[in-house]
Amino acid sequence: MGIVFNNVVKQYPNTASPAVDDVSLEIKEGEFIVFLGPSGCGKTTLLKMVNRLYDPTSGTISIDGVDIRHVQAEQLRRGIGYVIQQNGLFPHMTIEANIAVVPRLLNWDEAKIDKRIDELLELVHLDPKVFRKRRPSQLSGGQQQRVGIARALAADPKVMLMDEPFGAIDAITRSSLQEELQRIQRLTKKTILFVTHDVEEAFRLADRIIIMQAGKVVQFAAPYDILMQPANDFIRQLVGERDVYRKMGFLKVEDVYASGDEAAAASEGVSLNDDLKLVFNRMVEERVREYPVVDANNRRVGFVTMDLILTKLAN
Amino acid sequence: MSYLFRNFDKVMPFFWEHLSLTFTSLLIALCIALPLGFLTAKFRKLQTPITGVLGIIYTIPSMALYAALIPYTGLGTTTAMIGLVAYAQMILVRNIAAAIKGIDPMMIEAAKGMGMSKGQIVAKIELPLAVPVVIAGIRVATVSIISIGTVAAWIGAGGLGRLIYQGLNHDHTGKIVAGTVTIAILAIAADLLFRAIEKILSPRTH
Repeated sequence: MGIVFNNVVKQYPNTASPAVDDVSLEIKEGEFIVFLGPSGCGKTTLLKMVNRLYDPTSGTISIDGVDIRHVQAEQLRRGIGYVIQQNGLFPHMTIEANIAVVPRLLNWDEAKIDKRIDELLELVHLDPKVFRKRRPSQLSGGQQQRVGIARALAADPKVMLMDEPFGAIDAITRSSLQEELQRIQRLTKKTILFVTHDVEEAFRLADRIIIMQAGKVVQFAAPYDILMQPANDFIRQLVGERDVYRKMGFLKVEDVYASGDEAAAASEGVSLNDDLKLVFNRMVEERVREYPVVDANNRRVGFVTMDLILTKLAN
Repeated sequence: MSYLFRNFDKVMPFFWEHLSLTFTSLLIALCIALPLGFLTAKFRKLQTPITGVLGIIYTIPSMALYAALIPYTGLGTTTAMIGLVAYAQMILVRNIAAAIKGIDPMMIEAAKGMGMSKGQIVAKIELPLAVPVVIAGIRVATVSIISIGTVAAWIGAGGLGRLIYQGLNHDHTGKIVAGTVTIAILAIAADLLFRAIEKILSPRTH
């Protein structure tokens, strides 16, 4: 069922143009959606309307077919995971108390909460024995955000809202947190709405990206489609149309290979699922211009050449 | 000093009187200051009138304030307490308001986004985060109540101030020293006590 935005408008008082301008979207259950755009484009406002931190001026938002205006705000929010930039943890509470906030609001019994805390800390790779009793200030930024994710997952919500969660974290830690988040999403199948202004991050995480500009959605598509068919000049500039390397990262061997067996069988084959970046790197390193292509059962299905890659990229 | 040691049993009743005057005034002051501080923090329009009035009261010399009160409330403990409570307001209200306003708005947003009601946000987030700063205000207020309380002896409120006035009237240096030293000890002890409470209640920062 997922989340449906219907002609959503948000106009703040005393501003000339709406922050969110007539947005209609359909998000499927279990999708990882990234809202991408420059600051002030309305992406955070759009996100915060999903858990009713803001209410739309007009239009409707529904989750699994239920108009969220018909759900009491606190009730709605307890069923939606919410992660903000670091500092979102409560400094006067231990890590376990932070994670237990929503389960306690939902009146879970303490034994169940206790078990859940261990489960979640293990999920985000923090040893419960070490971390349960610590305070947020005793943790590094990366560890704090792991706890932030664990806390948002505590009551097993179907939907998670993440508002630039890794914005204030150094590049190396951010990369490992992104990996972690992808792993967790594959494991838990949550619908995730994730706001960022970091293009790399968006392309790395998203199933589909919503690109916003001045309150409007200018493109809503899979990363590959955005790279191949940017909807306007703004997006072309944003994603760096000339970045062939990034494009290759989203293209797979199956998108370019040719059937037949003319290629030199001497070199080791590449698989249909390999991305072109990997294949191209190998070509450069091994000074080879073509490889045989094999399928999942290691059967020869065709070949890929540098010319084929170049032709595809020129499209 | 020798007077203090030889007449310890005579000084102690004054000490207890002073202590009870201090803490009764403090308690009443807090009951008024907590809602006032909360209102000041939440409603910007109230900030200037409330802190303005309290600031004016704070600048009136204690002797003058008591002189002004005597025609209405007479001599004695009640008048003394009215003065002490009034002086403490400025310190307490300012600290309580600062404590509440000093809370990171991200904290409130996180709490709201997780589904806490307004009451739960006050009880579980704002109050616990504000308490250490509020205690710091209580500490300063207590010390000033102890010192102004000395003057209150002049209008018959008892306490260690009376010992000092007796000393002054009878030219008895021993009594003056005993009173002064005991007040100092009381003030320092109160300061240390609240510092310790502050430390226990603060979120650990390392």
